[in-house]
Amino acid sequence: MIIIKSLIKYFNRGSINEVLSLDGISVTVASGDFITIIGSNGAGKSTLLNCIAGTHLADGGSIQLGAQDVSAWPEHKRARFVGRVFQDPLLGTCAAMTIEENLALARRRGCRRGLRMGVRSDDRDLFRKELKKLGLGLENRLKVGVGMLSGGQRQALTMLMATLVPPEVLLLDEHTAALDPKTARQILDLTETLVAGRQLTTLMVTHNMSHALRYGNRLIMLHQGRLILDIEGEEKRRLTRDDLLARFYQAEGEEIVTDRMLLG
Amino acid sequence: MTFYAFLGALEQGFVYGIMVLGVYLTFRILEFPDLTVDGSLPLGAAVSAVAITHGVHPYLSLLFALGAGFVAGTITGLLNTKLKILHLLASILTMIALYSINIRIMDGPNVALLGTPTVIDPLVAMGLPGYIASLTLFSAISLAVTGALIWFLHTEMGQALVATGDNPQMITSQGVDTHRIIIFGVGLSNALVAFSGALIAQNQGASDVNMGVGTIIAGLASVIVGETVFGSKSIRRACVAALLGSVLYRIAIALALGMKWGRFSFTPSDLNLITALLVIVALCAPMVKEKFPYKNK
Repeated sequence: MIIIKSLIKYFNRGSINEVLSLDGISVTVASGDFITIIGSNGAGKSTLLNCIAGTHLADGGSIQLGAQDVSAWPEHKRARFVGRVFQDPLLGTCAAMTIEENLALARRRGCRRGLRMGVRSDDRDLFRKELKKLGLGLENRLKVGVGMLSGGQRQALTMLMATLVPPEVLLLDEHTAALDPKTARQILDLTETLVAGRQLTTLMVTHNMSHALRYGNRLIMLHQGRLILDIEGEEKRRLTRDDLLARFYQAEGEEIVTDRMLLG
Repeated sequence: MTFYAFLGALEQGFVYGIMVLGVYLTFRILEFPDLTVDGSLPLGAAVSAVAITHGVHPYLSLLFALGAGFVAGTITGLLNTKLKILHLLASILTMIALYSINIRIMDGPNVALLGTPTVIDPLVAMGLPGYIASLTLFSAISLAVTGALIWFLHTEMGQALVATGDNPQMITSQGVDTHRIIIFGVGLSNALVAFSGALIAQNQGASDVNMGVGTIIAGLASVIVGETVFGSKSIRRACVAALLGSVLYRIAIALALGMKWGRFSFTPSDLNLITALLVIVALCAPMVKEKFPYKNK
């Protein structure tokens, strides 16, 4: 359960380059919701995720994760509740370390890290079991450096790391945008499996309208820092791309659909 | 080079090797170029020397040096993380401040340790000749420190430290406060450097405020020599390479000092120039290799 109340975020506040990135966004996310978020460039999609994760502290409003108001918490403290996958496959894993070392870091998310061994033997059985689900053969390569993996493999590993300890909310920020279409498809299928298997509350930002329609039970659209569309359940299932475009124009009355969204 | 000069170079290589491990920790693992070491090496020497002249046991004085170095490092870490001062500048500020502090600690620019007890005494008492005793002790201590560092870097906290240097965004989203890790890591590094300084002072019989000049460059040169010769595939390997790199570096210096061309020979004051040139060559080698791909085939 996430409750976001009138969230406001400025960049370069008080300067000539001031941008109001989030303009009073309020949204309540129920447990188990899988929400896809669309909107044009600069709509505030990534800023919203960054504000939830704590990468940015909001300038106004509040964020409640589970039973906690985390509005003033720093990013590393919120990490206990938040699993993240970034657009850049290099950002979610540590290239200098092995697959098992990366997974061990993820297994201790939100825990105190002390002087026990980073990777323990009971970890390895769990890692093998979980890696097998990816179907990439990584379960036999625990000691291989992550720097040796392809972008798709690294993104699959990041997905696993983000969900190894089930988070209160999973934040996916265009996590397939840097991959080729076939790999992107595999990562999206993996996303669906992991999210369904663990009943994860998920927010997925995408630029691709068909992905936004196909995945999730709820769809929201942002424009210029405001929430302009929120569709869920049966209504979302029946939604087509043309409907979405129509709702789009109706809501905003201006050309905000980029080529990338139509072609994707 | 005489046999004694060689043994001397080995001994220096091991005792400075502990400093090199500290430099490796900041420079390579945390990616934090830390110049504090030029001040924390004499800090360790000063603290240990003053403690010994006040009747503290030489081994206990090493703990004081470790603690003092750790504090110096955490100050650099705090300046960088909490006050947002560029890491290089933060470390220079601490280094400059330590110059004054070291003179205060010693109540002057140096402290002699002639005739006072040192860490080597127990081995000499066992009947070992002086040059063997110090070599044995320093190689044993530096190997133990290397082992401890390798162990630490594989613990949960150590792994978080490695990840902080490699990918701060990733480790933050795994719930690690990178500021705390940087402060602790730079502290640990300077604790090792000060520890090394304390041993050096006890070995050479004096602590001097200027003994730290060029520490960072000697440390970098040793790290790079070690990586080039012994590789850096794993943390275990890289740590051992840093220690052995220090030994090779000291042997190379001893060789250079022993060379003569007619009336020209190097003096100890040329060392900084030689080391700076060595580091420049080592740092540029990969770039030059890339520019001339065919010539290297």
